[in-house]
Amino acid sequence: MSDWPLLSLVTFLPLAGALFVALTRGEEAQVARNARYVALWTSLITFVISLLIWAGFDPTTADFQFVEKRDWLPDWGIGYHMGVDGISMWFVLLSTLLTPICILASWEAVQKRVKEYMIAFLVLETLMVGMFCALDILVFYIFFEGVLIPMFLIIGVWGGARRVYAAFKFFLYTLLGSVLMLIAILAMYLQAGTTDIPSLMQAGFPAELQTWLWLAFFASFAVKVPMWPVHTWLPDAHVEAPTAGSVILAGVLLKMGGYGFLRFSIPMFPEATEFFTPLVYALSIVAVIYTSLVALVQEDMKKLIAYSSIAHMGFVTIGMFTMTTQGVEGSIFQMLSHGIVSGALFLCVGVVYDRMHTREIAAYGGLVERMPRYALVFMIFTMGSVGLPATSGFVGEFLILMGAFEKSTWLAALAATGLILGAAYMLYLYRRIIFGTLDKEALKKMLDLSPREIAVFAPLIILVFWMGIYPSTFLDMMSVSVDHLISNYKVALGNASVAVAAR
Amino acid sequence: MYAAIVFLPLLGSLVAGLGNRAIGDRPAQLVTCGAMFGSLALSIIAFFDVALGGNPVTIELFTWIASGSMEAAWSLKFDTLTAVMLIVVTGVSTMVHVYSIGYMSHDHSKPRFMSYLSLFTFAMLMLVTADNLVQLFFGWEGVGLASYLLIGFWFHKPSANAAAMKAFIVNRVGDFGFALGIFGTYLLFDTVVLDDIFAAVPEKAAVTMEFLGYEWHAMTVLCLLLFIGAMGKSAQLGLHTWLPDAMEGPTPVSALIHAATMVTAGVFMVARLSPMMEFSETALMVITIVGATTAFFAATVGLCQNDIKRVIAYSTCSQLGYMFFACGVSAYSAAIFHLMTHAFFKALLFLGAGSVIHAMSDEQDMRNMGGIWKHIKLTYIMMWIGSWALVGLPPFAGFFSKDLIIEVAYAKHTGVGDYAFWLGVGAAFMTAFYSWRLLIMTFHGKPRASQEVMSHIHESPSVMTIPLMVLAVGAVLSGWLGYQYFGGDLRQEFWGAAIFVAEGNDTIEGAHHVPLWVKIIPIVVTVAGIGLAYLMYMFMPGLPAKVASSFRPFYLFLLNKWYFDELYDFLFVRPSMKIGRIFWKNGDGAIIDGFGPDGVSLVTRLAAVRAGKMQSGYVYHYAFVMMIGVVAIISWYMLTSGN
Repeated sequence: MSDWPLLSLVTFLPLAGALFVALTRGEEAQVARNARYVALWTSLITFVISLLIWAGFDPTTADFQFVEKRDWLPDWGIGYHMGVDGISMWFVLLSTLLTPICILASWEAVQKRVKEYMIAFLVLETLMVGMFCALDILVFYIFFEGVLIPMFLIIGVWGGARRVYAAFKFFLYTLLGSVLMLIAILAMYLQAGTTDIPSLMQAGFPAELQTWLWLAFFASFAVKVPMWPVHTWLPDAHVEAPTAGSVILAGVLLKMGGYGFLRFSIPMFPEATEFFTPLVYALSIVAVIYTSLVALVQEDMKKLIAYSSIAHMGFVTIGMFTMTTQGVEGSIFQMLSHGIVSGALFLCVGVVYDRMHTREIAAYGGLVERMPRYALVFMIFTMGSVGLPATSGFVGEFLILMGAFEKSTWLAALAATGLILGAAYMLYLYRRIIFGTLDKEALKKMLDLSPREIAVFAPLIILVFWMGIYPSTFLDMMSVSVDHLISNYKVALGNASVAVAAR
Repeated sequence: MYAAIVFLPLLGSLVAGLGNRAIGDRPAQLVTCGAMFGSLALSIIAFFDVALGGNPVTIELFTWIASGSMEAAWSLKFDTLTAVMLIVVTGVSTMVHVYSIGYMSHDHSKPRFMSYLSLFTFAMLMLVTADNLVQLFFGWEGVGLASYLLIGFWFHKPSANAAAMKAFIVNRVGDFGFALGIFGTYLLFDTVVLDDIFAAVPEKAAVTMEFLGYEWHAMTVLCLLLFIGAMGKSAQLGLHTWLPDAMEGPTPVSALIHAATMVTAGVFMVARLSPMMEFSETALMVITIVGATTAFFAATVGLCQNDIKRVIAYSTCSQLGYMFFACGVSAYSAAIFHLMTHAFFKALLFLGAGSVIHAMSDEQDMRNMGGIWKHIKLTYIMMWIGSWALVGLPPFAGFFSKDLIIEVAYAKHTGVGDYAFWLGVGAAFMTAFYSWRLLIMTFHGKPRASQEVMSHIHESPSVMTIPLMVLAVGAVLSGWLGYQYFGGDLRQEFWGAAIFVAEGNDTIEGAHHVPLWVKIIPIVVTVAGIGLAYLMYMFMPGLPAKVASSFRPFYLFLLNKWYFDELYDFLFVRPSMKIGRIFWKNGDGAIIDGFGPDGVSLVTRLAAVRAGKMQSGYVYHYAFVMMIGVVAIISWYMLTSGN
């Protein structure tokens, strides 16, 4: 069992499924049906296998586990190297969980080019999982950039009216960061002579170089998070993407930035991190307050939730750069929670969009009358987003703010205004859609959640409460890795200050 | 077994809420009421064992959040303070559950209503049994959610939706302070468990900490931050605006949440944290001033409201002010005493008002009532008992608790104490006036309702009147029964370690030795207030209008609640929306996109057009460019090789 290349299996199984889908031939309706089922089963099996990673994970060590290492380009010191620690494991699980949910959510919503759609999603899963497992920076880069392609296609082909503009904006932003990151990776390779991530963490780059490398990586990750002011691609991408595309975008793709900070920027460039921390704080605080206020005045449901995502990710970047146990654990937890909650909120939008084909808030009102189940589900995720205790959203925000308070009371106080604004824009949204009188003719025929839709939401609801009531399941698994990250960071800074003193 | 006190209501809520379509209305009502009776019975047992028997216990369920040295568990703490709160919460809640069966009998979503009520009770019980600050926060926000759901219960009413949102958001402002207080406490004590904090307070009594760039006395800043949370939940001046609007909810909700239990959570919190509060003179002073000012302010507004529920709502706000200034002068047990008696008589008043509203076909405006006491005699008697207890005339409950509070304020013998004393006396006068104004306008005089409404007036069914009578018993007896434990000689033994009063701060002892005039003055002003109400509304009914028109600006100021809503709308709501729009259209749209992706693509396009123009196809253009190139290369070559 333990000699199985579990990570490679989880990574490439969806790709195999995609190949299988690609090979199906026949009548269009038949192909579409087969493609749906193959995609669903592939992703479900992948999810079950990925649970084995969790089951076999040893939370007492910070070392990478399930490690696989093969030579690839031995002359250049580049290898195929995979492994997970207590941080990346959760993101792998998040990706494998959300993919089947997305496929199920697109069951009826997507009617044209179903085969290609399913292929895109399975390929996307491979790339996401591969990215979180990669322990070679070149392998990471390939997956990291590769993710853009299926996402770009999903928005550009199956998106809404302004999909081309959105796809182009998405690409333009991310491309700029990617180019800089590639140059940085080359510089690191030239300096350290290896692309192996664990070795790079030990490399100890000179302080001047760290600054430039940090900035280059920052350009890429900040766009992905997204941090203010490089966030404007996100609302457009979300609005135009099909529902499942939004779910993956909010659920996993935004986490790539946060994960990148934790895996590269902080451990590899500790001195630069220390230097730039105030900048990150400032941008994050602006993100929290600015985007919350913008969310307050949105008239499009998806745009509102997209802006709320930016605000929530602002919390994440604050938390991880405090480099306190609570802050870092909170930020990882917040990323997982946000993946579930905002993914679910986009699914909630999808439910009414499928019925009414509009995202305009003003077109709705009084839905609770005809759709009590939907109202309940939406309420649960609204509360998760608001950060009500006993939902997953609370634990992350609470720990982040606790860590922030330790570093600076101003930081915590300003970020905490997000709690008030968050409640304002989410409840305002909920009120306009769910409450009120049901007086619009078109809405009176709407049906409540179908069994398929309930199946989509059920696992997410369970997780929101599980993470909110017994977060130890998640926190215990990551705590050793987080402590390791923090102590290495402190040691590196300590060494650096000794070196400065010795000069 | 004690865990069942807390979780029975949750069970009831889940069964009624999720199974409502499967089991129907009646079973949902029976399940929730049954669960509440079970919880009440166990609470009574717990009261005898824990409070009277002196056996505090803590039941740890399981870990909640553990990160680094921060550890918060789901656990239930039962001491005297909790036991008293348990009786109040489960007692009033059970009565309200039963009452709701009758009151909501015409509603279409009875199971949903019962489910929300039980959910609220669960959250409130989690709040009062919390043994750490994080769980306290859980209960705190949990009751906020239930309150939000219940205020907006009639979701088709825009005003109810607005009120529900307002309640949640204003409470969040308070919670903002509360959360920062928790973080600060953790930073200082390295724990969030109450007992560990309390044990460590004395050694940290003189420590300072940095907050927002200034160095403060640590206990003062922490207590004040936590108190902001209490102000939000308990509707104290500045964060009180949500409470009157919350009357949009069904009346049983107003009785349970917005009179008897949830709004008193702030008082409970201050009493619970007495071992911290006692170490900050400044924080106690602030609490006293805020409490006394609120007591006075809300009473003034209560004088001229016309909605029967709003009068009682402002009265609640005012009474909460009393409880806070009692805490502020270190008379925590007096505050809890008033909390308890107030829970009974205020729930009685609200449910009585509900009975009136029910009888009057959902009319709430007192200007359209009058002359109905003969038709609903039982309700009339209940309202009398409630009002009598509220104004604090002997021998009913309010007399014991409210007079004690006014006396302890005097016994503090400081400027702030005197401030609270005089405002308290003033508020007592106004309380008497508006209470009797309410009674007279509602029940006496000529009927002002339409013929149709008058013909429908009927006494409420016994499922509604029996809870009224039970609460009336509490309103009559609880003061007399409790005095020895809360304000008398048995209090040291009764409270044990649940409440801490620093050396020299025992104002309750001082209250027993105040001059006679201090003891008499509340009764005198109360009688005067009642007399004035009779004069103005019974004997000279034209007088109020004359007073209102001759002091018109003053009257409008009170009628419009000191213009707080307008002020907040101007200061916060509108600017937020406006700034949000500016950020969206100008910030994101014009600046970031304009110079970012849109700008880049525009420049690229323009450049491409230029580049396109250069490819003109004329040979002499190309030849000319080639010439320039050749010249440039040769010049460069010559210049560099020349050196």
